[in-house]
Amino acid sequence: MVKPLDGLVVLEFSQFMAGPTAGLRLADLGARVIKIERPVKGEAGRQITIRNIFVDGSSLVFHTINRNKESYAADLKDPEDLERVKKLIAQADVMTHNFRPGVMEKIGLDYQTVQTINPRIIYGVVTGYGSEGPWAARPGQDLLIQSLSGLTYLTDTHDAGPVPFGLAVADIMCGAHFVQGILAALIKRNKTQKSVLVEVSLLESVLDLQFEVITTHLNDGRKLPQRSKNKGAGHAYLSAPYGIYRTADAYLALAMGNLHKIGEALDVDLSDYGSRESWFEQRDEIIDKLALRLETKTTAEWLAILEPLDIWCSEILTYAQSLHHEAFAAMGVKQNVVLSDNQELSTTRCPIRIDHNRLYSPVAAPWPGQQTEIINQQFNLTGA
Amino acid sequence: MKPLEDYLVVDFSQFLSGPSAGLRLADLGARVVKIERPETGDICRHLYTSNVIMNGESSVFHAINRNKESFTADLKNETDKQHVWELVKKADVVMHNYRPGVMERLGFDYESIKAVNPDVIYGEISGYGDTGPWKDKPGQDLLLQSLTGLTWLSGNNGGPVPMGLSIIDMLAGTHLAQGLLACLVRRSIKGEGALVQVSMLESAYDLQFEAVTTYYYDGLLPQRTEKNNAHAYLGAPYGIYKTANGYMALAMGSIPQLAQLLKCDALLPYTEVAQAFHQRDEIKAILADHLQSDTTESWLSILQPADIWCAEVMNWETLMQHEGFKALNMIQQVQMQDGYQYQTTRCPIRIDGELLTSSKGSPALGQDTGNILQEIRSGVA
Repeated sequence: MVKPLDGLVVLEFSQFMAGPTAGLRLADLGARVIKIERPVKGEAGRQITIRNIFVDGSSLVFHTINRNKESYAADLKDPEDLERVKKLIAQADVMTHNFRPGVMEKIGLDYQTVQTINPRIIYGVVTGYGSEGPWAARPGQDLLIQSLSGLTYLTDTHDAGPVPFGLAVADIMCGAHFVQGILAALIKRNKTQKSVLVEVSLLESVLDLQFEVITTHLNDGRKLPQRSKNKGAGHAYLSAPYGIYRTADAYLALAMGNLHKIGEALDVDLSDYGSRESWFEQRDEIIDKLALRLETKTTAEWLAILEPLDIWCSEILTYAQSLHHEAFAAMGVKQNVVLSDNQELSTTRCPIRIDHNRLYSPVAAPWPGQQTEIINQQFNLTGA
Repeated sequence: MKPLEDYLVVDFSQFLSGPSAGLRLADLGARVVKIERPETGDICRHLYTSNVIMNGESSVFHAINRNKESFTADLKNETDKQHVWELVKKADVVMHNYRPGVMERLGFDYESIKAVNPDVIYGEISGYGDTGPWKDKPGQDLLLQSLTGLTWLSGNNGGPVPMGLSIIDMLAGTHLAQGLLACLVRRSIKGEGALVQVSMLESAYDLQFEAVTTYYYDGLLPQRTEKNNAHAYLGAPYGIYKTANGYMALAMGSIPQLAQLLKCDALLPYTEVAQAFHQRDEIKAILADHLQSDTTESWLSILQPADIWCAEVMNWETLMQHEGFKALNMIQQVQMQDGYQYQTTRCPIRIDGELLTSSKGSPALGQDTGNILQEIRSGVA
């Protein structure tokens, strides 16, 4: 199939996670994404590991984020390499970077200068905290951003202290917003024929992730979130029964719904809680009552009672259960990429479907400079 | 000029996932018209979503639906349907988040709209996709977190802990906006329409793409630490620690270097890099104990100059008083048509150095129906 971004060329100077996850999405949507990396060592993200796993010379994390891309090796401090990169920029549609303020100016690839090389470029910048203010020079790292943003007071129970989301959500959201900004900029460029600057930051993105609850905070007399005292609490701003409960053999999630209907189905007397307000105000008390009752039957027994009544509930699965489930297989979420030694690596595919097509690509992450020669030829970078 | 100026989005979606995508398109410059049923409207206006009521409706509704218009129509009434047809004929984007099959029954599915508007970009969000044994399950955030393994990543080792926001809803909305924008890019070059589909299920796995890929590689389930867990796959010191007067976050840093800087001799034996992962529970326990002996400010004043990645932990109150937050100009004031004003956040993307703000608050149910009908009659819309 012809993918929506077929024909577009993206140069990725970005490293680590936020910028490169944006590059991955653009690649899956059809763009040709070329990582500009220092010779031999490549981008710093190749050394960032989880569980210390390396594949084909780079970390597994790097492979996850950088599949379906090409790599062009260039030492930006070497005038000849820089000259070639500038010729490449002249033929690109998008370039992205996440260098700290001042670095691209020193190299001579700041937005002002790049516009003279390519007056139609989309120039994307990722920072940790924006380019102004007292935090601008701080390291833009996910856990630090979560910690500053207030996000850690939303998960788990009220006596748990600050609890981060157990994934790099600031990076991931920021990368996702970066994609939106770059695509919107391409639409703008197609009207104006002029270059566009796109800027995102991890902190703004993780604040945006909290837009519902921050809006509530700004308009409720600025109260702070009150997490439930009950284990398994699901959301500081939602009423009972929202959360995860222990059953006789495992766990059960109960989402929002009409509390009286739920009480009846579970055979728990909740008649004291007549008004919807009380479902919020006496949340912990109600959850206690439900928890006591839910411990008496297995998850399967409860699901058999609740699901036919259209009560929103679910079992809790681990990866071992979820990733082998028929529902997972039916959506074809898994895909394999082929490494340089012909081994295959399993990962997930792009979550967006276009014109009934699932977007797959068998292309694995490149090693540093893997496509330098071919790119030199195709873009005529070494010629006079 | 905003990037999506002159684009019309007709949005049939409710709750959070679809409408959050609509909000992003609105902030990027599009005109977004919510199609709502008479009397009740988007269910998010009233039901279950927060106990904070602003101007008669849920705070959450106001956060998600600012900068939009509201057009009421009973999609089972022929006259109303005719009006909606006039709108979707002119639309650049049409979107919904009904369960599979509902739009086909109502007659506003992609094939029908494409027949009268061939280059329309049509977006849909489902809970679990259009095939497989879960396709008719309710697409609700907590259930998606529960079914996709997400609840085993946050909090300390023990039972499942959900992430305390409707993160899958929001991510699915984010992915829908990406898909719609990508197809608008293509349309602006080639004039082609498109169908864009996302599901909360696919979005939930995408959020966990690193962890899922790791599971495929080594077959091991995520292991959270006993205490101070911040990421099931990372070694010590990665976590948040209590200090004498609050909390601090400690991301990366070699254990011997931390031992020296923090004057914590108990950490000195952990000299091997691999120990930081394999003995992370021990190391974290030592750190947790040690860091309570002094204040956050005092620790940061030692660690930050040494380029150790660390930070204070803030709540919204301390955050919003900080110059670092104020410099972002993240809060904007908006006004509803009846004059009611409220504060909310702005779009997190900057284009050409400008913040994408809009003073337009959320619409009262059906407030734009009259105007839009007039536009339809005069052939403008």
